[in-house]
Amino acid sequence: MEKWYLMTIVVLIGLTVRWTVSLNSYSGAGKPPMFGDYEAQRHWQEITFNLPVKQWYFNSSDNNLQYWGLDYPPLTAYHSLLCAYVAKFINPDWIALHTSRGYESQAHKLFMRTTVLIADLLIYIPAVVLYCCCLKDISTKKKIANALCILLYPGLILIDYGHFQNIYNSVSLGFALWGVLGVSCDWDLLGSLAFCLAINYKQMELYHSLPFFCFLLGKCFKKGLKGKGFVLLVKLACTVVASFILCWLPFFTEREQTLQVLRRLFPVDRGLFEDKVANIWCSFNVFLKIRDILPRHIQLIMSFCFTFLSLLPACIKLILQPSSKGFKFTLVSCALSFFLFSFQVHEKSILLVSLPVCLVLIIPISIYLHLLPLLLKDELLMPSVVTTMAFFIACVTSFSIFEKTSEEELRVKSFSISVRKYLPCFTFLSRMIQYLFLISVITMVLLMLMTVTLDPPQKLPDLFSVLVCFVSCLNFLFFLVYFNIIIMWDSKSGRNQKKIT
Amino acid sequence: MAALTIAAGTGNWFSALALGVTLLKCLLIPTYHSTDFEVHRNWLAITHSLPISQWYYEATSEWTLDYPPFFAWFEYILSHVAKYFDQEMLNVRNLNYSSSRTLLFQRFSVIFMDVLFVYAVHECCKCIDGKKVGKELTEKPKFILSVLLLWNFGLLIVDHIHFQYNGFLFGLMLLSIARLFQKRHMEGAFLFAVLLHFKHIYLYVAPAYGVYLLRSYCFTANKPDGSIRWNSFSFVRVISLGLVVFLVSALSLGPFLALNQLPQVFSRLFPFKRGLCHAYWAPNFWALYNALDKVLSVIGLKLKFLDPNNIPKASMTSGLVQQFQHTVLPSVTPLATLICTLIAILPSIFCLWFKPQGPRGFLRCLTLCALSSFMFGWHVHEKAILLAILPMSLLSVQKAGDASIFLILTTTGHYSLFPLLFTAPELPIKILLMLLFTIYSISSLKTLFRQSFTVVTQAGVQWH
Repeated sequence: MEKWYLMTIVVLIGLTVRWTVSLNSYSGAGKPPMFGDYEAQRHWQEITFNLPVKQWYFNSSDNNLQYWGLDYPPLTAYHSLLCAYVAKFINPDWIALHTSRGYESQAHKLFMRTTVLIADLLIYIPAVVLYCCCLKDISTKKKIANALCILLYPGLILIDYGHFQNIYNSVSLGFALWGVLGVSCDWDLLGSLAFCLAINYKQMELYHSLPFFCFLLGKCFKKGLKGKGFVLLVKLACTVVASFILCWLPFFTEREQTLQVLRRLFPVDRGLFEDKVANIWCSFNVFLKIRDILPRHIQLIMSFCFTFLSLLPACIKLILQPSSKGFKFTLVSCALSFFLFSFQVHEKSILLVSLPVCLVLIIPISIYLHLLPLLLKDELLMPSVVTTMAFFIACVTSFSIFEKTSEEELRVKSFSISVRKYLPCFTFLSRMIQYLFLISVITMVLLMLMTVTLDPPQKLPDLFSVLVCFVSCLNFLFFLVYFNIIIMWDSKSGRNQKKIT
Repeated sequence: MAALTIAAGTGNWFSALALGVTLLKCLLIPTYHSTDFEVHRNWLAITHSLPISQWYYEATSEWTLDYPPFFAWFEYILSHVAKYFDQEMLNVRNLNYSSSRTLLFQRFSVIFMDVLFVYAVHECCKCIDGKKVGKELTEKPKFILSVLLLWNFGLLIVDHIHFQYNGFLFGLMLLSIARLFQKRHMEGAFLFAVLLHFKHIYLYVAPAYGVYLLRSYCFTANKPDGSIRWNSFSFVRVISLGLVVFLVSALSLGPFLALNQLPQVFSRLFPFKRGLCHAYWAPNFWALYNALDKVLSVIGLKLKFLDPNNIPKASMTSGLVQQFQHTVLPSVTPLATLICTLIAILPSIFCLWFKPQGPRGFLRCLTLCALSSFMFGWHVHEKAILLAILPMSLLSVQKAGDASIFLILTTTGHYSLFPLLFTAPELPIKILLMLLFTIYSISSLKTLFRQSFTVVTQAGVQWH
């Protein structure tokens, strides 16, 4: 069957799953006074529509920043404004200043869900389709299977359509994906423009910015800094600067405006971590209460150092040997590093890691487990289970993952060869990886079952969530090491038939 | 988890398809459900709380029991599982009770019963001979048939959104067809008899079964030119068939015969007082008839041919289910519809008798019987189009001509089901699923019959 029919069918399946998940409840439904992120989005539409631009990020009698103040870059604000215009057309009560607080109705829910679907359809889904079509060295069937698996990825669906938490993640991830696509196919200017849009939509995309920077820098170096490389560098710099100016134009008029926006985007006043996140600091806190021991600025410096140290090797390699494949793996490892080590991380940031590595099973399972307590609060157990199983089936049927366990296919061949020079008995690497995979899956499934069925003991009420974070953290650490190994020992002459990303 | 690893290990595409559609059905749990939900809850309550003698007399709710006894027994068995979910739903007085556990139980029961449908599809796939050339999986007739049946749009929205139990019933029908293909006639007859006592709408296709079994099973051999050989009549077979049907009917209607309730049961099963058309008109011949009548009456009033005082006040378009008289054209009685139906099925029955073409001919006759009854029947539901679409799927993957007719039938048939889901949240679902099924069916059948798809169908559509 022609590719386009199959791809259309895959997209339709993705859309159907998204819409059916969105029929469920959302975060903060019926829970005054603060409600949840759904109310935050509605509130932003109210603010951007009714107040002048200068007041969007400032505390005032009309705009109480404590009640879901705007804390995303300007592009989110413009998007909310656009949605507000549509809302005004349908029912002005939805965005009336002050009186529409906590507005909940079936029609409004339909409206909000529709805006998410349209944003997805316009930005994220075309990016995925094009990305899969541009993958090299694989058959049409595998490309379609890739697209199906990415579109069925439960994490994004449940956050954007179920939980409705900081929605429109698909927009920023979509822009980032356009960026990846552009940069991999040598349309560097378009790629960097798309990525700047992504950063200006949600500042969390900065997690991905270092690989972009290093890859493009590496390309410039490769072309030679005296000639074409320098021209490229200048063009890229201009594109980035121009796109930032364009997005931030209303806020560059006064210094105070810009600073206030930055203060809202990067709240360094908060502590090292909040809630239970699969972050190194959170896990470390179990043994040694560093959050209370160390002063704030030391925490900042420490997290900064660790983050940078962990992502430095991959980035340097990318500058010296820029390759499309290396770029993708670096994206993952950098995002992982940021997630594990940095300051004030949010659980949903893990979505940024999953985008490039959607097809490696264990990360989505870790994420699902990690998000489970969040989703259970909003009665999303059924959609969570269903979408995870659907994703699992899609991946397994398309890729026969259980069969690919030889060293070459795990891409660690060159690494194990070099290690074997020193330790001749190190022949069991692939077996080790297989066992680790199995152990972690079993542990996570067990933890999942325990979280759902049992109640934690009285003395340790957070036992399960802390355990989940701890195990996920270990998983992510393992992946960080694994991907770094792949990047560092990747030899240019290796021609791999099957691409994982 | 075991099932998944099996599916993964053997690369079994059938299990993946079945599991995939089951997951989709689970996602459809929170969607809108029609009054049929309350109907089945009421029947759970009736069969659980009341003795058998009351089942067909109970009328607390307006949704009285109007399916044959086997379905009532089925609800009885279900009710014993239901009591673990929510005891309150089994109270006859709890009209319109729909707690979340009730919803969960009912939806899961439909999804679970679809296992029979999956099995039946599996059996039907065995009856399809795939093309000899080792082609790609997605182009094999078995694969296409499985998708067309398992992921059938009409069945999905009628069963899992609108709420009904058609899945396992169609499973029984497809299974009996498969058995007839496999020359296991007794089993096929038995399954069909059982099916009739689950839902009597399948009487629409009973003539096909009757004639086929009589002609091709009871007469064991044909003359060389294909016509009937009278002396090959086998009394044993006729009697055994009769015995099977009789035993099944006895099991079903026996208790009610003993209680002298048969007339009451029949009046519930065949409610001719309900009127020519259902509340939502099925797109059949009588819909056109009614429309014509309405148009003529309007014209007649305008041109003063008719006296306004003579016209009955209620109209047929008001969405109610009652008996009405036509104003201009002659009124239609149940007998008239029966005669029209019989005339419509006569050609195919004749073909089946005089020129039997084996099981495939039977399948054609069955489809035609279903379609004729749909067109001319009394009080037809629009969901009845599924009775024609599902058997036709079996024919569509084997001949190009059948495929093009199937595509027209299925697209229009599914589109006619749209009014069943009229709520706003379900609008994207029905559009997306319809697009999904239509695009898949057109593209897969087109690919399957690539070389021979230059047939010009009666509608003048040309495929290349």
